[in-house]
This record gives sequence, structure tokens and C-alpha cells, in this order.
Amino acid sequence: MTNKTIKVDYLARVEGEGAMVVRIKNGRVADVKLKIFEPPRFFEAFLRGRSYMEAPDITARICGICPVAYQMSAVHAMEDALAVAIPRSIRELRRLIYCGEWIESHALHIFMLHAPDFLGYPDAIRMAKDHPKLVQQGLELKKLGNEIISLLAGRAIHPVNVRVGGFYRVPARQELAPLAERLKHGCDACRDDVRWTRTLPMREYSHDTEFVALRHPTEYPMNEGRLVSSRGLDIHAREYDAHFEEEHVAHSNALHSVIKGRGAYLTGPLARYNLNRDRLPASVQEVAREVGLAATCRNPFESIIVRALEMLYAFEEAIRVIAEYEPPEVPAVACEPRAATGTACTEAPRGSLYHRYTIDAKGIIQDAKIVPPTSQNQKAIEDDLRQYVAPRVDMPTDQLRAECEQAIRNYDPCISCATHFLKLEVEREP
Amino acid sequence: MARKPKLAVWKFASCDGCQLSVLSCEDELLTLAGQVEIAYFPEASSAVVKGPYDLSLVEGSVTTPHDAERIQRIRAASRFLVTLGACATAGGIQALRNFRDVKEFISIVYAKPEYIQTLEKSTAISAHVKVDFELRGCPINKNQLVDVIAAFIYGPAPTVPPHSVCLDCKRKGVVCVMVARGIPCMGPVTHTGCGVLCPSYARGCYGCFGPKENPNTGSLAEWFARVGTSRDEVMRVFRNFNSDAPAFREESERQEKLS
Repeated sequence: MTNKTIKVDYLARVEGEGAMVVRIKNGRVADVKLKIFEPPRFFEAFLRGRSYMEAPDITARICGICPVAYQMSAVHAMEDALAVAIPRSIRELRRLIYCGEWIESHALHIFMLHAPDFLGYPDAIRMAKDHPKLVQQGLELKKLGNEIISLLAGRAIHPVNVRVGGFYRVPARQELAPLAERLKHGCDACRDDVRWTRTLPMREYSHDTEFVALRHPTEYPMNEGRLVSSRGLDIHAREYDAHFEEEHVAHSNALHSVIKGRGAYLTGPLARYNLNRDRLPASVQEVAREVGLAATCRNPFESIIVRALEMLYAFEEAIRVIAEYEPPEVPAVACEPRAATGTACTEAPRGSLYHRYTIDAKGIIQDAKIVPPTSQNQKAIEDDLRQYVAPRVDMPTDQLRAECEQAIRNYDPCISCATHFLKLEVEREP
Repeated sequence: MARKPKLAVWKFASCDGCQLSVLSCEDELLTLAGQVEIAYFPEASSAVVKGPYDLSLVEGSVTTPHDAERIQRIRAASRFLVTLGACATAGGIQALRNFRDVKEFISIVYAKPEYIQTLEKSTAISAHVKVDFELRGCPINKNQLVDVIAAFIYGPAPTVPPHSVCLDCKRKGVVCVMVARGIPCMGPVTHTGCGVLCPSYARGCYGCFGPKENPNTGSLAEWFARVGTSRDEVMRVFRNFNSDAPAFREESERQEKLS
């Protein structure tokens, strides 16, 4: 019978520092650990004592890949606490900046981190020697995403223009127009890229789990909606703590977010698509049909197709927002601090991102809780690995290790995000 | 043909944004890859080439006993070492622990503090090893990064302009947010490099690039008070992403005593 340990001491092409261990004993999977050794940074602790107005800028620093997501969840949670209503034009601009981040983050993952797995390269740079057009086009799409954020908020990493109540400055119509022309080209290229993802060698595999995502009455979800699941969850962000909890798992010293009474769940592109396919515009649904994407996609390897489809949606949505945009009368709604607690969930590229803040009468943060997508997905990723390895225990170790790594990359984990709240033990292999 | 210089990218406690800036050089990335051998860059590649390395780019601050050892090994394996951004250069936002008891911080976030291995302070790379060049910013300016890598490949010593954000604002013709609108702005004491983003977006600079050379922080703090900023708020503007840079640390501590 097979006994072996598959280890990857430092996972490559993921954001942050993580490792993986799969132990196989007597031909069975004995243990699966996705280890996080990224050092803790204590965001929830040092947010205490800071002003409510600082939350978007400080929490952006949790993640350089999805700072907009942190800014969005932070401003929505603060506006919930202050009972502030946001006019449509500001809401639209927030959607636009989120489109930029989805494009930038998904393009990074599709072309730079994930595609090399399917085509057999260690990275996109070496892949570019044989597939120069593919990599150049991927970089071009990523750049367009970054340009949306830069135009609206100064820079793509840690944007400076997002504030509670709206923006510090909003663009005039004519500032956005030249970008729209370029986005149309990007949109066409992106449609071809969805078709290209379909041509990638795909593994037949299915992992069943509970999918969790926001759902909005009319839109594909980004900033707003109720948190729903494929097994009947349907709640407001205010009810989050009553339905989700962090579980201490002895073997990894890591907190795994679970749905109370049910366990692991998955958030992110697959979950969003599976729960909101009918909210995609007809044009995007048509492309999904054309590439034969099932109405419910349970194959994590196919997440590259779903990400490409979401990227196409983000391009179309950005073009729509710019076409319909009318600047608001004031860049930001006036906000007066008051003692209250506010919560929000928004859809980061990697999945739902929960923020909860309690502030005092002067707007000083008394308590903060942040649950990033990767900490929510961690248990589902481990479950998936366990299931994936079980029928493959006799595979040559090197091949199995490579496939396990890819299985993790299917989820685009962002360990930098996850860590500030994960319980962890620095445990490195000698 | 001469061997291509070997480039390595290392991560310590950080958000990954500065190393992402390498991948955000969309127009320059493939050219860069032709000029250097990307020998160690786990966020981008699963290929690892053994050291020593000609150029090491280091992101993040030192916050664990293990990382304090690791930076020594990296320095020993690197001919030239450049720090990327506020974490590596000044300890980053996580250096806010340096003003408090880290045990209290651990207990707020973690239920079982005994599992957490962390140092009491988050420190800059230069507190541990010799650093050949520091790039500032939260995040860095990717054009400065490209310039520094190019300077390294082609020979001249890398430089970045050392003056304040305020000076660049005047050059750019941006209306002063503090004079015209009474908004506290860190521009006069902050190192340039961002391209005067915040004043261009009608808000005050919040100091992402850290202190410029010889900043008159005390004078600026008094001006903040004069435009109606509370001492608490003044303390907080000096105490964010570059809180442990000496000039900002001293000013925030002075304001804390006054508040």
C-alpha cells in the first residue's frame, strides 16, 4: 500500500506565503493541510482608535491585488452604520471602479498565474516565448482594468479617491469618454479569450460544495445584494455573524470560516456564476452557452472559463456605466458620525468580503471584523484537495504534486488577505 | 554573450502590492524579462534558480523571528539589495504595533495567542541588513522601479528625486488644498514619487511616500491645528503607513503628548 507525503514548501503563483502538505497512508489520504505562514499584521487590532474615514485607506493595505474590494466593503459598512443613502451616480462609479479591479485581478490570474498550468510552463514570461500574442493580450487587458481604477482614483494599487459617502472628486463625462473607446476593443478581445479558455486541456472533475455569493434583484452582484447560497441561505449582511463562524481546526491552527451547522462553503467566481447566471446580460449568457459552460459549474479547473466570462461582463458593464454616466451634484454625501455598528458584504474578485465596524459618537472605530474570501474558501479548498487526491494516490509523486498545486491555484487564493486573521503556526519543512 | 543578471523578488510582511507593481509594468515586463533572468519570484513563477542573485528586490517588513534570520541569508546571497515600499523601508502599516503592546494586539485578533510567533516590533529591512537602495511609497511608483532596475543593469547609480510632494504640486499647477480649502495636507513633509495624486483628487496628501529629507513636521503640525484639526487627528496623519520612519514617529509621539 502507498505511503507518501506530498509537500510544496512555498506555493508559487498565488498571492502571499503558503504551503501545502498531503499525507497518504496505506493508500488513503490521511491528512491535507493548506498552511499559511504569512506573518500576521493585526489589522482588526490597529483599526481600533482610528477614524471611520480612515477605514477605506487602511484596509486597502490588507491586499495590493484587491484594494478596491476592501475600500468598497469598508465604505458600505460605514454608510450602513451612519444610515447614509448613496445616489445612483455614485453607486454607478463604484460599480465602474469595481469592474476595473475584477478585470485587473482576473486578467492577472487567468494569464499570469493560471494559464501556465494548462499549457505547461512555470510562468507567463516563459510561456510568452511560445505564446507571445496570448501573454501580450493578457497584459493589455490587465492594463485596461488598471486604467479604469487609475482614472477614477489615481492609481490601481491603493487608490486614493474612495471615501465614505462617495469620492473626493468625480470625473466629468468627457474624462471617461476616451477610456470607453479603448474598453470596447478590450471587450472584443476578451470575448475571444473566453473562447480560448474553452480550448485549454481541461480535467474531468467535479467538486460539490455549498456555493455562497451575493444576489441582487437585477444585477450581477458587486456592491450590493443579499448573501445567498446553493443550499438555501438568504440573509442580509447584518445577519452574517449569526450564520457564519470561524472554526478552530487543530491540525492547522488555522481558522476556517464555516456555515453554522453545515460546514465548508465556496465563495468567488464559480459561486457567483452558479447563483447569478440569470443576472448576466443576454450577450454574456450567449457566450457562456457558446463555450458550453454548464448552468452550474462544479469543476474548479473550469474556473478559468468563469473568470474570463466575468471579465467579459466587467468590460460590458464598465462600457455601460460610462455611456449612461451623469456626474452627481456633489462628489460625496455628507456623513455625520454617530455611535453605531455597520456591516457590509461586497464581491471581491475572489469572493464575498465581509466587514463589520462599531464606531463611537465621534466616528472612532471601537471594534472591527473582516472576513476575506480566501479564509472563507480555505476549508473548501482542503476538502477539494482531499477528494482530488483520493483516486490518484498511486500517481507519481511529482505529477501529483503539480496537479495539487494547480488544484489550489484554481481558487486564486490570496493568502495576504487571509492572514491578518488566520490563526497560524510558523511551520516550515527543514 | 555576458550572463544575464539574476533578479530575485522576496516577500516579508506586506500586502503584495509592491511586488505586484513588477507585474503591473505591463508595457515593460517582457522587455525586462529579456534583460534579466527572473531567478526567484514565487508570486509569478514556480521556477526557482539557485542564488547568489545579482539584484534582490525585497518587499515587506520584518515581524517574525524566522524572518529576522531569513533576511540575513537573503542579504548574504545578494550582490545588490533594493527595498520596495513603505513596509520594507519603514515598517509599513503593521508598524502601528510599535506604539502599543503587541500582546494586546494578538489577543484582539487571535483566540490562542500562544500559537502566534511574532516580534514586538515591525521593522524596516535596513534595521537588519545593509540596504543598497530604498524605494518608497505605499505602493511604490512602478516607473521608479523600472528606472532602478535599468540603472542597475546599465551601470549608473540609481536615483529618485528627493524633494517634497508640495513642490511637485506647485510645478503641476494644482490648487493648494490646504490654503484654498483648509484641508490638512502632508505634502510639505512627504517625499515625492506618487505624482501628487491626492491634491489632484481634491484631498490632502496622507504621506504614502514617507518623510522627505529634513521635513519640518513640527511647523506643519501647528498649521494643521490652525486649520481646525484636533491633536488626535494630527497624530493619526503622522501615524499611518510610514509611522515608524523617524521624522513621522517623533512628530506623532509629540502630538500624542499634546492631545
